[in-house]
Amino acid sequence: MEELLNQVFAGLATGGIYASVALALVMIYQATQLVNFAQGEMAMFSTYIAWALIQAGVPYWGAFFLTVGFSFLLGVAIQFLLLQRIRGQPVLALVVVFIGLLVIFNSLAGWIFTYTIKVFPSPFPAEPPFGQHYVSAHELGATAVTLVLIAVLWAFFRFTSLGLAMRAVAQNPVSSRLVGIRVGQMLALGWGLAAAVGSVAGMMAAPIVFLDPNMMSGILLYAFAAALLGGIDSPGGAVFGGFLVGVLENLLGAFVVGNELKLVFALSIIVGVLLVRPSGIFGSVQVTRV
Amino acid sequence: MSTRSNVLIATLAALLAVAAPGAFAQKMYDSGASDTQIKIGNTMPYSGPASAYGTIGKTEAAYFKKINDEGGINGRKIDFISLDDGYSPPKTVEMARQLVEQDGVLFLFGTLGTPSNTAIHKYMNAKKVPQLFVATGAAKWNDPQNYPWTMGYQPNYQIEAAIYGQQILQTKPDAKIGVLYQNDDFGKDYLKGLKEGLGDKAQKMIVAEVSYEVTDPTIDSQIVQLQASGADVFVNITTPKFAAMAIRKAYDIGWKPVQYLTNVSISIAAVIQPAGPEKAVGIISSAYLKDATDPQWQNDSGMNELRAFTKKYLPDGSLTDSNIVYGYSVARTMVQVLKQCGDNLTRENVMKQAANLKNFNTDVGLPGILISTSATNFAPIQAMQLMRWEGKQWVRFGQVISK
Amino acid sequence: MRAIGSWHVPSLVALVAIACLLPFFISNYHVFQLTLVLVYAIALLGLNILTGYNGQISLGHGAFYAIGAYVAAILMDRFGVPYWLTVPVAGAVCLVVGFLFGLPALRLEGLYLALATFALGVSMPQLLKYKPFEPWTGGVQGIVIVKPDPPWHLPINPDQWLYFFSLGFAAAMFLLAWNLLRGRIGRALVAIRDHPIAASAMGVNTALYKSLAFGVSAMYTGIAGALGAIAVQFVAPDSFTILLSISLFVGIVVGGLGSIGGAIFGALFIEFVPNLADQISKAAPWAIYGVFLIGLVFLMPMGINWAIRLCWARIASYRRASSAQLRSPITVSAAPHRRSTGDAPCPPEAMS
Repeated sequence: MEELLNQVFAGLATGGIYASVALALVMIYQATQLVNFAQGEMAMFSTYIAWALIQAGVPYWGAFFLTVGFSFLLGVAIQFLLLQRIRGQPVLALVVVFIGLLVIFNSLAGWIFTYTIKVFPSPFPAEPPFGQHYVSAHELGATAVTLVLIAVLWAFFRFTSLGLAMRAVAQNPVSSRLVGIRVGQMLALGWGLAAAVGSVAGMMAAPIVFLDPNMMSGILLYAFAAALLGGIDSPGGAVFGGFLVGVLENLLGAFVVGNELKLVFALSIIVGVLLVRPSGIFGSVQVTRV
Repeated sequence: MSTRSNVLIATLAALLAVAAPGAFAQKMYDSGASDTQIKIGNTMPYSGPASAYGTIGKTEAAYFKKINDEGGINGRKIDFISLDDGYSPPKTVEMARQLVEQDGVLFLFGTLGTPSNTAIHKYMNAKKVPQLFVATGAAKWNDPQNYPWTMGYQPNYQIEAAIYGQQILQTKPDAKIGVLYQNDDFGKDYLKGLKEGLGDKAQKMIVAEVSYEVTDPTIDSQIVQLQASGADVFVNITTPKFAAMAIRKAYDIGWKPVQYLTNVSISIAAVIQPAGPEKAVGIISSAYLKDATDPQWQNDSGMNELRAFTKKYLPDGSLTDSNIVYGYSVARTMVQVLKQCGDNLTRENVMKQAANLKNFNTDVGLPGILISTSATNFAPIQAMQLMRWEGKQWVRFGQVISK
Repeated sequence: MRAIGSWHVPSLVALVAIACLLPFFISNYHVFQLTLVLVYAIALLGLNILTGYNGQISLGHGAFYAIGAYVAAILMDRFGVPYWLTVPVAGAVCLVVGFLFGLPALRLEGLYLALATFALGVSMPQLLKYKPFEPWTGGVQGIVIVKPDPPWHLPINPDQWLYFFSLGFAAAMFLLAWNLLRGRIGRALVAIRDHPIAASAMGVNTALYKSLAFGVSAMYTGIAGALGAIAVQFVAPDSFTILLSISLFVGIVVGGLGSIGGAIFGALFIEFVPNLADQISKAAPWAIYGVFLIGLVFLMPMGINWAIRLCWARIASYRRASSAQLRSPITVSAAPHRRSTGDAPCPPEAMS
């Protein structure tokens, strides 16, 4: 029983990391109808920027918000300088561009910051709350941050006209332009927001998994799976998917198949769920009119 | 003939007798060696999952540059060509072939990774090109009978794990052992050695064997599993990032076993500091090299030389990275072998001299640990010493243990 | 495929002649590299059949490559099967496995299929390391393969022989693909890619064709894997990580989706550009590789193959235009792509 509780809580803690990265993936999808495979590496790069700022003496929250701002600008820059020029090309070509970005960020981080792991500080206290030892204060705090993010984003998309404009652009850029929405700006905004969310995910994850250039590659796989499991167009679904994947992975490894096949089974189950519900648990089903 | 011409002939004969061996001991070169340079090849994972080890290659390159700046070896400069194989065996094969067939190196040195070296093992021996001081701790590199052109360097993982096994038997014969290991050649080799060290009690004593993949983000789940198994001895076979995670998590969930940590992860600043020095108190490990951040080597001359070298030739290198000490140690050993070769730079002689190291001291090895090889012993370092983390530094105890 | 033009046959003959003569003028190391290019070309052709012609995204084709490689290695090492037999057997095994994977994959579209194949590619190394399989797969240590000698005492060395062996297979596989894709099957595949509903309305058995596409594409990649294993003489789980699947995917996009020639360009890219990047910058070679990738997509978004075709078509149309001008003041300009029933698949439109 003790072990089960421990595993579930550990799973929720890791799941929180997956959830936040999945959220960034869904954000970019909602804004641009594309999955940004470089999301993880961009988040990692932003976290390194934060680390460098903290090393230079900037206090934590100062570095935090500076990094979020920097990531926003980075996302906007990528949209304007890169993606704007190749809009309209086949989707697969765009995926290759993302792969290119992925290797560029990874390689740059390794070159500038070296491959030795770095310790990234946490804003939350070191003592576990309420005297228990299942979750640390940071893991709890990171989860809370993710949930707050999701609430803020949901409210933004639902209740503000800017959010509405972004959704319109994602679904129908041509009509949006006809109505007067600046499509390029909306796309840039979407990219900036996704990059910012990604950087928060990175800064929340780094204290747990330690900061190194390959920090995000393992996480990205599960985040991708979680986002699709929950439904690629549903932010709430992505977060739910993240927690589910985290717990599932731990329980499978501990009680069902052992760690040697944990990855295989976790992924098989996810694919299995997709076979039953091909658009994810909370995703909206696309219906095509003939 | 007259006496004078007799003397003349005798003198000439004497002169010839003295000069002849000199004339026959002329310079002998194989591809890659010449009067002015020695070409050495190397492959390293500068990209991919094992990229943290790339520092070893960089350190070696920097050290050879230092030697070149000081005049080279016997007047020859070292041309060190190091290629990236991304820890992918097919790439290692391609790069090795490029180095041997295209660049014409004299030999390969310090190639890293067990699968990478396994991929080129047969090729190197078939081509009769030395594969020296491979950077892996697998046991199979010490096989001069079947693979006379391949030589290992560090104490192999099985020996180290067997030492821990013996120690457990001596100090805690009724222990319940939980093992965390990386699911690759490194982890599995260790596990094998541990079981050999425990002998026939292995089955009974090991109550949990839990693995993880290098691609796993965290290993919290594995630590929880080990605690739940009731183990009171924890054998921690992990690479640095995961070692730090394991030490921290074990402490955080209140599990306090006697912990044995692999030598690969003893770096103070790469493992102990991130985990939390107070959380690592009591951990037992072993070492054969000095740690550059350990205060007890503050005034050690060998380490001071290393620090000066790092400052000048590896400015972005951090002394917290134990890979630097390792790279420095191997490079120094290599330079010693080349010095011993003198002017005979054939592949055969390089191999012969590599197998002819007698108590060589790299100045960065622990006191009492020296490098020796022979025609039947292709394992340069076989000794290690146990040590325990006492909150601020590693304190060695017991004797230097060799095979 | 487009009807064979008058310039096609001589250029193909020239290409084959060069391919046959080349190994005698270059070093063994380069012969080895070219053998790898041929191997990748076969794999990319397979992936192109699935993704380029049939529109099903696969980010995990490295798994089929791994299965082919291991089948060849296990047959050669554990059962003493001669090397030339292991390649078709690997193909057959992958045909079945691919088809079986393709069946449930029918339910998945676009991104979700990408995830499923990605999951397959990521899981493969773990499966290969699985302990109960160790007596067969060699576990983490892998399997070492002996290089085959040239048969019938031919006066060539093993590297050259392997090159010709792979060349033979490559030629056969390309011929097979060309035949398959220019007829009814090819049109059906493209129809399913471009408009699945219309295709099934016209009577194309979408489920069967899609699963078959998976199977055939896996077969090609399996054959490539077997040839690759024999060339490298070693298989281990670390040889078949997700990076391989990503490289294959990058290869077909860069080479040109929906084209057979694209396989060769893609293979040249993924074999030589990483080495080139390494030479340009030791510090951050993959960053250079990424820049190359992005640059290529900018310049030739449809891939190298279509960019070259476009060039030729433009040249042809200028020639036609200038000769027409001599005859009449009205300029006739021909569109670069002329769709007609006999013509072959054009580059895919934006795939969703």
